[in-house]
Amino acid sequence: MIFNRVLKDKIAGKTMLFLTILACSSLLLIFAGLIFKSLPVIEKSSFSELLFSSKWHPLKGEFGMLPFISSTLWVTGVSIIIAVPLCILSAIYLSEYAHKRILQLIFPIIDILAGIPSVIFGVWGLILIVPIFGYSILSGGIVLAVMIVPVVIHVMIEVIKTVPSELRDASLSLGATKWQTIKFVVVKKALPGIIAGIVLGLSRAFGETMAVLMVVGNVVKIPHSVMDAGYPLPALIANNYGEMMSIPMYDSALMLSALILFIIIVVFNVFSRLILIRIERNVGYNS
Amino acid sequence: MEQSSHIKVKDLNVYYGQNHVLKNINIEIPNNQITAIIGPSGCGKTTLLKCFNRLIESVDGVRVTGEVLVGGENIYDPKAEVTHIRKKMGLLSQRPFPLPMSIYDNIAYGPKIHGERNKKELDRIVEHYLKEASLWEEVKDRLKTPAGSLSIGQQQRLCLARGLAVEPDIILGDEPTSALDPQSSRHIEQKFIELKEKYSIVFVTHILRQAKRIADYLIFIHMGEIIECGPTKEILENPKEKKTQDYVLGIIS
Repeated sequence: MIFNRVLKDKIAGKTMLFLTILACSSLLLIFAGLIFKSLPVIEKSSFSELLFSSKWHPLKGEFGMLPFISSTLWVTGVSIIIAVPLCILSAIYLSEYAHKRILQLIFPIIDILAGIPSVIFGVWGLILIVPIFGYSILSGGIVLAVMIVPVVIHVMIEVIKTVPSELRDASLSLGATKWQTIKFVVVKKALPGIIAGIVLGLSRAFGETMAVLMVVGNVVKIPHSVMDAGYPLPALIANNYGEMMSIPMYDSALMLSALILFIIIVVFNVFSRLILIRIERNVGYNS
Repeated sequence: MEQSSHIKVKDLNVYYGQNHVLKNINIEIPNNQITAIIGPSGCGKTTLLKCFNRLIESVDGVRVTGEVLVGGENIYDPKAEVTHIRKKMGLLSQRPFPLPMSIYDNIAYGPKIHGERNKKELDRIVEHYLKEASLWEEVKDRLKTPAGSLSIGQQQRLCLARGLAVEPDIILGDEPTSALDPQSSRHIEQKFIELKEKYSIVFVTHILRQAKRIADYLIFIHMGEIIECGPTKEILENPKEKKTQDYVLGIIS
């Protein structure tokens, strides 16, 4: 009897371990697959040419990715610049100033927004944003910002809620105003979580395909201002995969662009992890 | 002219929603003495303490009527300015909550938000109040390290120094030793006795022996009402009310 229970316990543990490894290994599998598939184009042209040239002439066998990489960075950058201040301030308002009932009303709305399919945001962008700003990086950034705001606000509110109220009391009892308390104590204590929220938004923004593709113009050119059209990496892949496969090396080039996107996101995540560790060490969160 | 007491409470009532938690509180807190608020759990001790610096307002759904006069000024007057009231009181909470910054900045925080910018003056303040809280010798070589790296006992003394640095008249303590080990507790008690020369001290405690050791004046609260108050000796040796007797003998707790 006892043996049976112990056996079950062991099997349960091992099974879960196996499944966890399986889930995590998909990351490595994707990475390996992308490398394998993009090898042909890497072997044919040099890395620097692929990464830093803006010559995109698939028929001539030239696959310079710079326009796509820079478009991706532009669109994501614009969306973050719009979204981050908005998110931080709304999260502070909702968790520190708003009446509980307002929070109870708004929180579900935020979650619904987070669950809306991206095509709908794209259509909304086409109808509302494109007539004002044209097919441009700015339009893409705005649509993207609207999409990531709910996710990021959600995370930030959860994080700010974890700051103990006694810490606020400590600051208030020294005669600090509410705003001073928020600025110097609450935000500081919640900073690692706030950054984690921003990174989550960033990761989502980098990879978002549909909505951006619909409003950003998809012109192969390095953008020089936010009013220029752009062509981010995910849009490139979504638009062309399966369409232009008769051109030699084209599918390999698309795989390389996917690999680049993958690496950008991984690097950002690792980088932000490092920043978080630094902050935590500096401020001392062991209390 | 005799100086009037720092804290005077008139007809104070506090409600949490439908719950009437403090009933018709009328009391004067003696100056330059240690006053202990005692009573069973949930009787409203901490609520009363939080009324003194209006921290009670951050509780949801709370309603306060009546007056609390601090230095002659009714702090519940709609015109009263709350940061200036709170500056008059240093607060020690149950567990120490150092601000998420360095030891130095924890002390300098108060003076800074009240407008002190002079680096030399801040240095002086930090040193002075860390000495006042007997922490200077232990931390003088690591002022820039995070306050969270101190032991709990040190953190509580840091919080004391932080409160003193805004130059209050009154020190409020909400069971300030309940999270500390016996030695650190004694340290804080000793500090209170030294500090009463300069400050009026009010603290909540559920340890009757602690009240007996350091308090000059006792306020006994039961079910939101002040049952009895007076000099410690009198209350403990000759309680007039039955409820006080029961509490002192350990029958209600």
